[in-house]
Amino acid sequence: MPVLWASALVVVGAGLAWGLLFSPPDWQQGETVRIMYVHVPMAWLAMGGYTGLAVLSVMSLIWRHPLADLTARELSPVGAAATALCLATGSLWGKPMWGTWWVWDARLTSVLVLFFLWLGHAALVRAFDDPDRGAKAGAILALVGIVNVPIVKFSVDWWNTLHQPASVTRLDSPGMHVDILYPLLTCATGFSLLFGAVVLARTRAAVMERRVRALQLARARREDAPA
Amino acid sequence: MTRKKRRLMVLLLAGLGLGTATALTLTAFQDNIVFFFSPSDVLANRHSADRAFRLGGLVEAGSVERRTGSDGRPAATFRVTDGAQAITVSYSGVLPDLFREGQGVVTLGRLLPDGSFRATEVLARHDETYMPPEVADALRRSGHWNPEQGAAPPAETWNTAPRPREGRSGG
Repeated sequence: MPVLWASALVVVGAGLAWGLLFSPPDWQQGETVRIMYVHVPMAWLAMGGYTGLAVLSVMSLIWRHPLADLTARELSPVGAAATALCLATGSLWGKPMWGTWWVWDARLTSVLVLFFLWLGHAALVRAFDDPDRGAKAGAILALVGIVNVPIVKFSVDWWNTLHQPASVTRLDSPGMHVDILYPLLTCATGFSLLFGAVVLARTRAAVMERRVRALQLARARREDAPA
Repeated sequence: MTRKKRRLMVLLLAGLGLGTATALTLTAFQDNIVFFFSPSDVLANRHSADRAFRLGGLVEAGSVERRTGSDGRPAATFRVTDGAQAITVSYSGVLPDLFREGQGVVTLGRLLPDGSFRATEVLARHDETYMPPEVADALRRSGHWNPEQGAAPPAETWNTAPRPREGRSGG
Protein backbone atom coordinates (compact mmCIF):
# COMPACT_ATOMS: atom_id res chain seq x y z
CA MET A 1 0.00 0.00 0.00
CA PRO A 2 2.59 2.66 0.86
CA VAL A 3 4.35 1.81 -2.43
CA LEU A 4 1.07 2.29 -4.33
CA TRP A 5 0.35 5.62 -2.62
CA ALA A 6 3.88 6.89 -3.22
CA SER A 7 3.96 5.89 -6.89
CA ALA A 8 0.48 7.36 -7.44
CA LEU A 9 1.50 10.71 -5.95
CA VAL A 10 4.82 10.80 -7.84
CA VAL A 11 3.23 9.97 -11.21
CA VAL A 12 0.30 12.40 -10.70
CA GLY A 13 2.74 15.14 -9.68
CA ALA A 14 5.05 14.48 -12.62
CA GLY A 15 2.15 14.23 -15.09
CA LEU A 16 0.49 17.43 -13.90
CA ALA A 17 3.77 19.36 -13.87
CA TRP A 18 4.56 18.11 -17.37
CA GLY A 19 1.06 18.84 -18.64
CA LEU A 20 0.47 22.18 -16.95
CA LEU A 21 3.96 23.72 -17.15
CA PHE A 22 6.15 22.01 -19.75
CA SER A 23 3.84 20.95 -22.57
CA PRO A 24 2.99 23.20 -25.54
CA PRO A 25 -0.38 24.97 -25.88
CA ASP A 26 -2.76 23.86 -28.63
CA TRP A 27 -2.71 25.76 -31.93
CA GLN A 28 -6.40 26.68 -31.75
CA GLN A 29 -7.40 26.26 -28.11
CA GLY A 30 -4.31 27.88 -26.63
CA GLU A 31 -3.62 27.32 -22.94
CA THR A 32 -7.20 26.17 -22.26
CA VAL A 33 -6.25 22.76 -23.63
CA ARG A 34 -4.51 22.02 -20.31
CA ILE A 35 -7.91 21.29 -18.72
CA MET A 36 -7.65 18.07 -20.73
CA TYR A 37 -4.92 16.70 -18.44
CA VAL A 38 -7.51 16.34 -15.66
CA HIS A 39 -10.71 16.00 -17.71
CA VAL A 40 -9.69 13.06 -19.90
CA PRO A 41 -8.20 10.83 -17.12
CA MET A 42 -11.35 11.44 -15.04
CA ALA A 43 -13.54 10.46 -18.00
CA TRP A 44 -11.52 7.27 -18.55
CA LEU A 45 -11.71 6.43 -14.83
CA ALA A 46 -15.45 7.08 -14.77
CA MET A 47 -15.98 4.56 -17.58
CA GLY A 48 -13.22 2.11 -16.64
CA GLY A 49 -14.24 2.20 -12.98
CA TYR A 50 -17.85 1.50 -13.91
CA THR A 51 -16.75 -1.47 -16.02
CA GLY A 52 -14.87 -2.68 -12.93
CA LEU A 53 -18.05 -2.24 -10.88
CA ALA A 54 -19.94 -4.39 -13.38
CA VAL A 55 -17.26 -7.13 -13.15
CA LEU A 56 -17.52 -7.05 -9.35
CA SER A 57 -21.31 -7.28 -9.64
CA VAL A 58 -21.07 -10.36 -11.86
CA MET A 59 -18.71 -11.95 -9.32
CA SER A 60 -21.13 -11.04 -6.56
CA LEU A 61 -24.23 -12.41 -8.29
CA ILE A 62 -22.74 -15.62 -9.64
CA TRP A 63 -20.08 -16.63 -7.12
CA ARG A 64 -21.48 -14.72 -4.10
CA HIS A 65 -18.02 -13.44 -3.35
CA PRO A 66 -18.21 -11.29 -0.16
CA LEU A 67 -15.09 -9.29 -1.03
CA ALA A 68 -16.65 -8.31 -4.38
CA ASP A 69 -19.67 -6.87 -2.52
CA LEU A 70 -17.43 -4.95 -0.17
CA THR A 71 -15.21 -3.56 -2.94
CA ALA A 72 -18.24 -2.55 -5.05
CA ARG A 73 -19.69 -0.70 -2.04
CA GLU A 74 -16.42 1.20 -1.50
CA LEU A 75 -15.82 1.80 -5.24
CA SER A 76 -19.00 3.68 -6.14
CA PRO A 77 -18.43 6.92 -4.14
CA VAL A 78 -14.93 7.19 -5.65
CA GLY A 79 -16.30 6.59 -9.14
CA ALA A 80 -19.00 9.20 -8.55
CA ALA A 81 -16.31 11.69 -7.52
CA ALA A 82 -14.28 11.01 -10.69
CA THR A 83 -17.40 11.43 -12.85
CA ALA A 84 -18.30 14.66 -11.05
CA LEU A 85 -14.79 16.00 -11.69
CA CYS A 86 -15.07 14.98 -15.35
CA LEU A 87 -18.37 16.88 -15.68
CA ALA A 88 -17.09 19.94 -13.80
CA THR A 89 -13.84 20.25 -15.76
CA GLY A 90 -15.75 19.61 -18.99
CA SER A 91 -18.12 22.44 -18.18
CA LEU A 92 -15.21 24.78 -17.38
CA TRP A 93 -13.66 23.78 -20.71
CA GLY A 94 -16.89 24.11 -22.71
CA LYS A 95 -17.57 27.70 -21.74
CA PRO A 96 -14.41 29.27 -23.27
CA MET A 97 -14.18 26.88 -26.26
CA TRP A 98 -17.73 26.08 -27.37
CA GLY A 99 -19.36 29.11 -25.79
CA THR A 100 -21.60 27.22 -23.37
CA TRP A 101 -21.35 25.54 -19.95
CA TRP A 102 -23.72 22.75 -20.84
CA VAL A 103 -25.72 21.37 -23.77
CA TRP A 104 -27.95 18.31 -23.90
CA ASP A 105 -25.98 16.48 -26.56
CA ALA A 106 -25.61 12.69 -26.49
CA ARG A 107 -22.11 12.63 -24.92
CA LEU A 108 -22.79 15.10 -22.11
CA THR A 109 -26.20 13.63 -21.31
CA SER A 110 -24.92 10.03 -21.22
CA VAL A 111 -22.07 11.03 -18.86
CA LEU A 112 -24.63 12.72 -16.60
CA VAL A 113 -26.59 9.45 -16.60
CA LEU A 114 -23.36 7.64 -15.68
CA PHE A 115 -22.93 10.03 -12.74
CA PHE A 116 -26.47 9.27 -11.52
CA LEU A 117 -25.81 5.52 -11.88
CA TRP A 118 -22.75 5.85 -9.62
CA LEU A 119 -24.72 7.89 -7.07
CA GLY A 120 -27.67 5.50 -7.31
CA HIS A 121 -25.44 2.48 -6.67
CA ALA A 122 -23.74 4.17 -3.72
CA ALA A 123 -27.14 5.02 -2.20
CA LEU A 124 -28.85 1.70 -2.97
CA VAL A 125 -26.23 -0.60 -1.39
CA ARG A 126 -26.52 1.44 1.82
CA ALA A 127 -30.32 1.59 1.82
CA PHE A 128 -30.99 -1.90 3.25
CA ASP A 129 -30.76 -3.08 6.86
CA ASP A 130 -29.44 -6.39 5.55
CA PRO A 131 -26.13 -5.62 3.76
CA ASP A 132 -26.44 -8.74 1.58
CA ARG A 133 -29.76 -7.61 0.12
CA GLY A 134 -28.30 -4.16 -0.48
CA ALA A 135 -25.32 -5.68 -2.28
CA LYS A 136 -27.61 -7.77 -4.48
CA ALA A 137 -29.81 -4.81 -5.43
CA GLY A 138 -26.71 -2.71 -6.13
CA ALA A 139 -25.18 -5.44 -8.31
CA ILE A 140 -28.35 -5.65 -10.40
CA LEU A 141 -28.45 -1.85 -10.79
CA ALA A 142 -24.77 -1.80 -11.79
CA LEU A 143 -25.32 -4.49 -14.44
CA VAL A 144 -28.38 -2.72 -15.87
CA GLY A 145 -26.34 0.48 -16.02
CA ILE A 146 -23.49 -1.13 -17.96
CA VAL A 147 -25.45 -0.57 -21.22
CA ASN A 148 -24.68 3.12 -20.70
CA VAL A 149 -20.90 2.64 -20.95
CA PRO A 150 -20.78 1.83 -24.69
CA ILE A 151 -23.31 4.64 -25.21
CA VAL A 152 -20.94 7.11 -23.51
CA LYS A 153 -17.99 5.81 -25.52
CA PHE A 154 -19.62 5.72 -28.96
CA SER A 155 -22.12 8.60 -28.57
CA VAL A 156 -19.73 10.88 -30.46
CA ASP A 157 -19.57 8.44 -33.39
CA TRP A 158 -23.21 7.36 -33.55
CA TRP A 159 -24.82 10.79 -33.38
CA ASN A 160 -24.06 14.42 -34.16
CA THR A 161 -22.77 15.90 -30.93
CA LEU A 162 -21.16 19.15 -29.87
CA HIS A 163 -18.41 17.11 -28.20
CA GLN A 164 -15.64 16.11 -30.62
CA PRO A 165 -14.84 12.43 -31.35
CA ALA A 166 -12.10 10.50 -29.54
CA SER A 167 -8.49 11.62 -30.04
CA VAL A 168 -6.61 8.82 -28.29
CA THR A 169 -8.82 5.74 -27.81
CA ARG A 170 -9.51 5.02 -31.47
CA LEU A 171 -8.31 2.50 -34.00
CA ASP A 172 -6.00 4.70 -36.10
CA SER A 173 -3.11 6.70 -34.71
CA PRO A 174 -3.88 9.32 -32.02
CA GLY A 175 -4.97 12.72 -33.40
CA MET A 176 -2.70 14.38 -30.92
CA HIS A 177 0.91 15.49 -31.09
CA VAL A 178 3.24 13.40 -28.91
CA ASP A 179 4.22 16.50 -26.91
CA ILE A 180 0.58 16.67 -25.74
CA LEU A 181 -0.11 12.92 -25.77
CA TYR A 182 2.72 11.78 -23.46
CA PRO A 183 1.90 14.12 -20.55
CA LEU A 184 -1.76 13.09 -20.95
CA LEU A 185 -0.88 9.39 -20.71
CA THR A 186 1.32 10.11 -17.68
CA CYS A 187 -1.57 11.94 -15.98
CA ALA A 188 -3.93 9.09 -16.85
CA THR A 189 -1.55 6.52 -15.34
CA GLY A 190 -1.07 8.62 -12.22
CA PHE A 191 -4.77 9.27 -11.64
CA SER A 192 -5.52 5.57 -12.21
CA LEU A 193 -2.95 4.62 -9.54
CA LEU A 194 -4.47 7.19 -7.20
CA PHE A 195 -7.97 5.87 -7.90
CA GLY A 196 -6.81 2.33 -7.18
CA ALA A 197 -5.06 3.40 -3.99
CA VAL A 198 -8.15 5.20 -2.67
CA VAL A 199 -10.45 2.27 -3.46
CA LEU A 200 -8.01 -0.25 -1.93
CA ALA A 201 -7.63 1.83 1.22
CA ARG A 202 -11.41 2.15 1.58
CA THR A 203 -11.89 -1.59 1.04
CA ARG A 204 -9.21 -2.46 3.59
CA ALA A 205 -10.84 -0.15 6.11
CA ALA A 206 -14.21 -1.78 5.44
CA VAL A 207 -12.74 -5.28 5.89
CA MET A 208 -11.17 -4.25 9.20
CA GLU A 209 -14.43 -2.64 10.30
CA ARG A 210 -16.20 -5.93 9.65
CA ARG A 211 -13.58 -7.85 11.56
CA VAL A 212 -13.89 -5.50 14.52
CA ARG A 213 -17.65 -5.87 14.52
CA ALA A 214 -17.37 -9.66 14.37
CA LEU A 215 -14.92 -9.65 17.31
CA GLN A 216 -17.15 -7.36 19.34
CA LEU A 217 -20.12 -9.59 18.63
CA ALA A 218 -18.17 -12.67 19.67
CA ARG A 219 -17.07 -11.01 22.91
CA ALA A 220 -20.60 -9.88 23.71
CA ARG A 221 -21.77 -13.46 23.25
CA ARG A 222 -19.01 -14.80 25.49
CA GLU A 223 -19.92 -12.35 28.24
CA ASP A 224 -23.59 -13.23 27.93
CA ALA A 225 -23.04 -16.97 28.05
CA PRO A 226 -22.19 -17.62 31.76
CA ALA A 227 -25.06 -15.49 33.03
CA MET B 1 -21.79 -25.91 -9.57
CA THR B 2 -25.09 -26.19 -11.44
CA ARG B 3 -26.58 -23.32 -9.43
CA LYS B 4 -23.67 -21.11 -10.40
CA LYS B 5 -24.07 -22.12 -14.02
CA ARG B 6 -27.79 -21.37 -13.86
CA ARG B 7 -27.11 -17.93 -12.39
CA LEU B 8 -24.57 -17.28 -15.14
CA MET B 9 -27.11 -18.26 -17.83
CA VAL B 10 -29.81 -16.05 -16.30
CA LEU B 11 -27.38 -13.14 -16.18
CA LEU B 12 -26.30 -13.67 -19.80
CA LEU B 13 -29.91 -13.90 -21.02
CA ALA B 14 -30.92 -10.79 -19.08
CA GLY B 15 -27.91 -8.93 -20.50
CA LEU B 16 -28.81 -10.01 -24.03
CA GLY B 17 -32.41 -8.85 -23.59
CA LEU B 18 -31.40 -5.55 -22.06
CA GLY B 19 -28.81 -4.91 -24.77
CA THR B 20 -31.32 -5.63 -27.54
CA ALA B 21 -33.95 -3.41 -25.92
CA THR B 22 -31.45 -0.55 -25.60
CA ALA B 23 -30.26 -0.92 -29.17
CA LEU B 24 -33.85 -0.91 -30.49
CA THR B 25 -34.80 2.13 -28.39
CA LEU B 26 -31.76 4.09 -29.50
CA THR B 27 -32.40 3.21 -33.15
CA ALA B 28 -36.03 4.31 -32.81
CA PHE B 29 -35.04 7.64 -31.27
CA GLN B 30 -32.15 8.21 -33.71
CA ASP B 31 -33.59 11.52 -34.96
CA ASN B 32 -34.22 12.86 -31.46
CA ILE B 33 -30.74 12.12 -30.16
CA VAL B 34 -28.81 14.06 -32.80
CA PHE B 35 -27.72 17.43 -31.48
CA PHE B 36 -27.83 19.21 -34.84
CA PHE B 37 -28.80 18.67 -38.47
CA SER B 38 -26.41 19.06 -41.40
CA PRO B 39 -27.35 21.31 -44.34
CA SER B 40 -28.10 18.18 -46.43
CA ASP B 41 -30.52 16.89 -43.74
CA VAL B 42 -32.23 20.26 -43.61
CA LEU B 43 -32.64 20.62 -47.38
CA ALA B 44 -33.87 17.03 -47.73
CA ASN B 45 -36.46 17.27 -44.95
CA ARG B 46 -37.95 20.72 -45.52
CA HIS B 47 -38.00 21.86 -41.91
CA SER B 48 -40.98 24.11 -41.22
CA ALA B 49 -40.27 27.76 -40.57
CA ASP B 50 -41.98 27.95 -37.18
CA ARG B 51 -39.81 25.39 -35.39
CA ALA B 52 -36.37 26.20 -34.04
CA PHE B 53 -33.67 23.60 -34.61
CA ARG B 54 -29.88 23.36 -34.68
CA LEU B 55 -27.89 23.51 -37.89
CA GLY B 56 -24.28 22.35 -37.81
CA GLY B 57 -21.36 22.08 -40.20
CA LEU B 58 -18.19 23.83 -41.22
CA VAL B 59 -17.99 27.57 -41.91
CA GLU B 60 -17.40 27.80 -45.66
CA ALA B 61 -14.07 29.41 -46.62
CA GLY B 62 -14.45 32.98 -47.85
CA SER B 63 -18.11 33.25 -46.84
CA VAL B 64 -17.86 35.23 -43.60
CA GLU B 65 -19.07 38.85 -43.71
CA ARG B 66 -18.85 40.75 -40.44
CA ARG B 67 -20.65 44.05 -39.98
CA THR B 68 -22.27 46.17 -37.31
CA GLY B 69 -26.01 45.66 -37.02
CA SER B 70 -28.59 48.46 -36.90
CA ASP B 71 -28.64 48.20 -33.09
CA GLY B 72 -24.88 48.64 -32.84
CA ARG B 73 -24.18 45.00 -32.02
CA PRO B 74 -21.76 43.00 -34.13
CA ALA B 75 -23.46 40.87 -36.76
CA ALA B 76 -22.27 38.35 -39.29
CA THR B 77 -23.46 36.28 -42.20
CA PHE B 78 -21.66 33.11 -43.26
CA ARG B 79 -22.40 29.85 -45.02
CA VAL B 80 -22.49 26.53 -43.15
CA THR B 81 -21.54 23.55 -45.31
CA ASP B 82 -21.21 19.79 -44.96
CA GLY B 83 -19.33 19.45 -48.22
CA ALA B 84 -22.42 18.63 -50.30
CA GLN B 85 -24.84 21.44 -49.44
CA ALA B 86 -24.56 24.86 -47.81
CA ILE B 87 -27.00 27.19 -46.06
CA THR B 88 -26.55 30.91 -45.47
CA VAL B 89 -26.72 31.83 -41.78
CA SER B 90 -27.22 35.31 -40.35
CA TYR B 91 -26.46 36.05 -36.70
CA SER B 92 -26.24 39.15 -34.60
CA GLY B 93 -24.21 38.93 -31.43
CA VAL B 94 -20.70 38.08 -30.39
CA LEU B 95 -19.24 35.02 -32.12
CA PRO B 96 -17.21 32.52 -30.03
CA ASP B 97 -13.42 32.92 -29.99
CA LEU B 98 -12.86 29.72 -31.95
CA PHE B 99 -15.10 30.92 -34.81
CA ARG B 100 -13.18 31.10 -38.08
CA GLU B 101 -13.48 29.92 -41.67
CA GLY B 102 -13.14 26.14 -41.84
CA GLN B 103 -14.18 25.72 -38.18
CA GLY B 104 -17.11 23.58 -37.07
CA VAL B 105 -20.12 25.46 -35.69
CA VAL B 106 -23.53 24.55 -34.30
CA THR B 107 -26.17 27.27 -34.67
CA LEU B 108 -29.64 27.39 -33.11
CA GLY B 109 -32.39 29.23 -34.99
CA ARG B 110 -35.12 29.09 -37.60
CA LEU B 111 -35.31 28.77 -41.35
CA LEU B 112 -36.51 31.94 -43.09
CA PRO B 113 -38.90 31.84 -46.10
CA ASP B 114 -35.99 32.69 -48.45
CA GLY B 115 -34.17 29.49 -47.43
CA SER B 116 -31.56 31.16 -45.24
CA PHE B 117 -31.17 30.48 -41.53
CA ARG B 118 -31.57 33.09 -38.79
CA ALA B 119 -29.46 32.02 -35.80
CA THR B 120 -30.00 33.14 -32.22
CA GLU B 121 -27.02 31.21 -30.85
CA VAL B 122 -23.70 30.13 -32.37
CA LEU B 123 -21.51 27.53 -30.65
CA ALA B 124 -18.04 26.58 -31.87
CA ARG B 125 -17.27 22.93 -32.39
CA HIS B 126 -13.58 22.04 -32.49
CA ASP B 127 -12.21 18.81 -33.91
CA GLU B 128 -10.28 16.06 -32.15
CA THR B 129 -6.81 17.07 -33.32
CA TYR B 130 -4.44 18.68 -30.85
CA MET B 131 -1.11 20.05 -32.00
CA PRO B 132 1.33 22.67 -30.79
CA PRO B 133 1.17 26.01 -32.67
CA GLU B 134 4.65 25.48 -34.12
CA VAL B 135 3.58 22.20 -35.76
CA ALA B 136 0.42 23.83 -37.14
CA ASP B 137 2.55 26.69 -38.52
CA ALA B 138 4.99 24.25 -40.10
CA LEU B 139 2.16 22.31 -41.78
CA ARG B 140 0.68 25.56 -43.08
CA ARG B 141 4.02 26.88 -44.37
CA SER B 142 4.84 23.65 -46.16
CA GLY B 143 1.42 23.76 -47.85
CA HIS B 144 0.21 20.48 -46.34
CA TRP B 145 -2.77 22.05 -44.65
CA ASN B 146 -4.91 25.15 -44.82
CA PRO B 147 -7.17 25.31 -41.74
CA GLU B 148 -9.72 27.33 -43.73
CA GLN B 149 -10.26 24.37 -46.06
CA GLY B 150 -11.14 21.94 -43.30
CA ALA B 151 -9.68 19.13 -41.24
CA ALA B 152 -5.99 18.57 -40.60
CA PRO B 153 -4.12 15.93 -42.64
CA PRO B 154 -3.97 12.36 -41.24
CA ALA B 155 -2.52 12.42 -37.74
CA GLU B 156 0.30 9.96 -38.39
CA THR B 157 1.90 12.49 -40.79
CA TRP B 158 2.46 15.02 -38.02
CA ASN B 159 1.88 13.64 -34.52
CA THR B 160 5.49 12.61 -34.02
CA ALA B 161 6.97 15.53 -35.96
CA PRO B 162 9.68 17.35 -33.97
CA ARG B 163 8.53 20.73 -32.74
CA PRO B 164 10.44 23.57 -34.49
CA ARG B 165 12.18 25.69 -31.89
CA GLU B 166 11.66 29.18 -33.27
CA GLY B 167 9.14 31.94 -32.82
CA ARG B 168 6.56 31.50 -30.10
CA SER B 169 7.70 28.56 -28.04
CA GLY B 170 6.52 29.74 -24.68
CA GLY B 171 5.73 26.73 -22.80
